[in-house]
Amino acid sequence: MREPVISFYNVSKSYPLYGHIRGIKNFLFNFPHSLTNMKREQYEALRDISFEIYEGENFGIIGNNGAGKSTTLGLIAGVLRPTKGRVIVRRRVSPLLALGAGFHAELTGRENVELNGVLMGLTRREIRRKMDEIIEFSELGDFVNRPIRVYSSGMLARLGFSVVAHLDPEILLIDEVLGVGDIRFQKKCLDKMMTFKDSGVTMVLVTHSVASVINICDRAMWIDNHRVRMLGDPTEIVEAYCQAANVPINTNAVNKASL
Amino acid sequence: MSIARQISRRIGRVSHFSHHRNWENYRDLLIVLLQKELKVRYNNKALGYIWSIANPLASALVYFIAFKILMRLNVPDYPLVLISGVFPWQWFSNAVGASTNIFVGNASIIKKVNFPRNIVPLCMVSNHMIHFLASIPVIVLFLFMFGRAPSLAWSYGIPLLLMVHFGMAYGIALGLASINLFFRDLERLTAIVLNFTFYLTPILYPVDLIPDHLRHLIVLNPAAPLIIAWRQLFLYGTFNWPYLFVCAGYAALFLTIGTLIYRKLSWKFAEVI
Repeated sequence: MREPVISFYNVSKSYPLYGHIRGIKNFLFNFPHSLTNMKREQYEALRDISFEIYEGENFGIIGNNGAGKSTTLGLIAGVLRPTKGRVIVRRRVSPLLALGAGFHAELTGRENVELNGVLMGLTRREIRRKMDEIIEFSELGDFVNRPIRVYSSGMLARLGFSVVAHLDPEILLIDEVLGVGDIRFQKKCLDKMMTFKDSGVTMVLVTHSVASVINICDRAMWIDNHRVRMLGDPTEIVEAYCQAANVPINTNAVNKASL
Repeated sequence: MSIARQISRRIGRVSHFSHHRNWENYRDLLIVLLQKELKVRYNNKALGYIWSIANPLASALVYFIAFKILMRLNVPDYPLVLISGVFPWQWFSNAVGASTNIFVGNASIIKKVNFPRNIVPLCMVSNHMIHFLASIPVIVLFLFMFGRAPSLAWSYGIPLLLMVHFGMAYGIALGLASINLFFRDLERLTAIVLNFTFYLTPILYPVDLIPDHLRHLIVLNPAAPLIIAWRQLFLYGTFNWPYLFVCAGYAALFLTIGTLIYRKLSWKFAEVI
């Protein structure tokens, strides 16, 4: 039996609403009130969620805005702690950062690759070994030696994807950041993702694009109202999801488009 | 992973197995972040250096005009007194002043990537330390202009003071940066307290101008023994051992408090940011 690389056991996550302690001044002036408020007013982002993701899987997460998708990713990345339950992650996690996050505008593309790599947990030696490959894949040409503030958003996205894709990801987290490159580069990203499957890279994809869930993912999860509504075959889930949202979709057409 | 370790984990935990950042990654993270800061600052090398010393020099000049020329303060070698106090103070106050914003300013990474966040203040304080080190030649230049010279005590005095200064600044920065995520107006409070500290620390005036009955209170201000020790080293070439130990005590205290606050709050960073 395959061992899961990510396991969620009855995970709940609530955030205290920090909104009303907007400053020391306010907090101290009604201290007892503030404390009780903080305990009482919790926002529940996930309620009793359990699932497992296996090695080499492309796993899609869909759901409405605010359903808890990004919280799930945060829990996998280890930046959040569950309020209840357990999260176990058995590989190194590489998040694909939103446009330009983890980059510094004044540094060149090359220097930013290094910066991003060490943030992900690699050493400079490992990054240097991959540098040429990354630059070639990103198709930035001479731009790699220019500060990234002169990049277009497509170029930033290309650099960002190239970095995570080449730094030996074990678990790749992608949160809705694929749609920026041009069609050709998107295709290139897709091809790259497909090669991940063979090399045992696990990919978790949070997206609103139902087409990419059907085309890329082996399994999918629909989070609705902070709970798991459905878990399983991507096509079935997309159909149910679209039905619930009252958006008609022809999944056959989507499948054909990918070929 | 051992079974015992699994069982011992409490409910509500994230367990990340098989991903341990090794020592080399920590070191590289620090190097790359530092290089980033320095590259951005010293993009135009000569100009960058001038800027990093122009600020304290300009402040010293203003104080000189205000207190020596206009108010006729009677202190021998007043420019030296100012320079030897203002430069170390700049390191301290820049680091503490910048600390409140460093986690907030790196929100996009903190929300997504699980990396040791305390490396951000560590890097920031190191960065300001490098600027301070770069300004020591300027202090030497002023010493020569006033017919003095560095002494042998510098060889052990500077490293020792650097260590306690670094520890104090880093401890305070770590604590403030963490708390500021939850109470965003801490930034303003810090600015006010820094302003108080500036005038209550012998920077604009030598310590012997403080009235006798108040002088023993000076150790209550953590920055005071530090600046006094720096000045004594630069100006008279002697090392103030008692104050070093006072500073070391403060450094240990701040490091402990800062680390405790950081440990307690760090896993909530991504929630509030």
